[in-house]
Amino acid sequence: MSNPLILYLCLRMVSGVMVMDSLLSPEGDSQRTQYPYVTGTSVIGIKYKDGILMAADMGGSYGSTIRYKSVERLKQVGKHSLLGASGEISDFQEILKYLDELILHDNMWDDGNSLGPKEVHNYLTRVMYNRRNKFDPLWNSLVIGGVKNGQKYLGSVSMIGVHFEDDHVATGFGNHLARPILREEWKEDLSFEEGVKLLEKCMRNLLYRDRSAVNKLQIAKITEEGLTISQPYSLKTFWNFAAFQNPTVGAEGSW
Amino acid sequence: MPKEHANWSPYDNNGGTCVAIAGADYCVIAADTRMSTGYSILTRDYSKICKLADKSFMASSGFQADVKALQKVLASRHLIYQHQHNKQMSCPAMAQLLSNTLYYKRFFPYYAFNVLGGLDSEGKGCVFTYDAVGSYERVGYSAQGSGATLITPFLDNQLKSPSPLLLPAKDAVTPLSEAEAIDLVKTCFSSATERDIYTGDSVEIVILNAHGVRSENEQLRKD
Repeated sequence: MSNPLILYLCLRMVSGVMVMDSLLSPEGDSQRTQYPYVTGTSVIGIKYKDGILMAADMGGSYGSTIRYKSVERLKQVGKHSLLGASGEISDFQEILKYLDELILHDNMWDDGNSLGPKEVHNYLTRVMYNRRNKFDPLWNSLVIGGVKNGQKYLGSVSMIGVHFEDDHVATGFGNHLARPILREEWKEDLSFEEGVKLLEKCMRNLLYRDRSAVNKLQIAKITEEGLTISQPYSLKTFWNFAAFQNPTVGAEGSW
Repeated sequence: MPKEHANWSPYDNNGGTCVAIAGADYCVIAADTRMSTGYSILTRDYSKICKLADKSFMASSGFQADVKALQKVLASRHLIYQHQHNKQMSCPAMAQLLSNTLYYKRFFPYYAFNVLGGLDSEGKGCVFTYDAVGSYERVGYSAQGSGATLITPFLDNQLKSPSPLLLPAKDAVTPLSEAEAIDLVKTCFSSATERDIYTGDSVEIVILNAHGVRSENEQLRKD
């Protein structure tokens, strides 16, 4: 290898470091998000009698490694809202910073009014859409829920700005595994116990089938009175299926 | 060094179909209420119709975030117009504004497929149909979105719109009554729902006439 530049780039690739990091490769100077690194999986939200219930596990995956197991992905926003995020955790932390500033300025008006979940949802939609327009997205799917003046609100925003509100929402795998359960079993005015049971049913399903799910979750409840985020806990799972007891019974020597 | 490909797209297709039909003294604008992404349904109850002015309603399908941004831009421009001219924008004026707004982003388009419906200054129904970058034309009826290819030939058959090549130019608006037009729209959507996976759940129908505006909702198949 006579060309030192090519040798250097080959070494960078071989050592496992992405060539994108090198300032010398094409688009290597781009500061734009190309891939997520530490990610959270599904968030599920439902409306119930007194307000909103939201569930998310506490996993932070680094690709296929479950690197962090105590990531809080449900956070309070102001007096009336609850934000759940999936996707890149560092981008979620950045969003929390933006929201901190938003709520601070809202409080500084000192006029007795405060931003509700609808307003926060709209703000986040604009932030996500504008970042997408600059080709530098915040790599998150967000769930925003809350109650203000007796009105319950539950909405979702994706990393490219697609947004909507509904009686139940979910991100990522939740859309495929949890939404169908919610479509069958969700009804108007669920009690708190019914709501939690429903969310746990969905989270258990995700635990079985989503490989980035971890068995440590939090459930958050937001009502007109206020917000509570539960202590982390685990779901009971059942693995005692006959097929698992003696997996090779039909074909000795296989797995 | 080979160029790396982006692993995300700034666009998504959230599906859905929009239809508008112009009558002698009314206009019907309709769109289904399903919002999808890939093979998933995000929500079954999402309105694609937006009131831009007293006599202009826009129905848009495509990439929802772009549609919403487009609606915001037009609503904002209309407000400024009202402040400056102390009157509502006419439908043909709004039609031109929409075209210009779309072309403004010619090199990073709004992925929105629009149909604008309303009443012109004479009270006659008018429908304008667009592509994503602002090409537009006044027509007697139009369909856009995922079910458009299924609906347009049916409307061609039913509404017998005169060819624009005819001289003298024949009126494009349909002689059908308002009730017949609404029924036709419902038929269009129930047929499109059968074969287009992105169309369904329910259809929102807005009817504009001399008496004002009203809205109807009809359930569609949810599969």
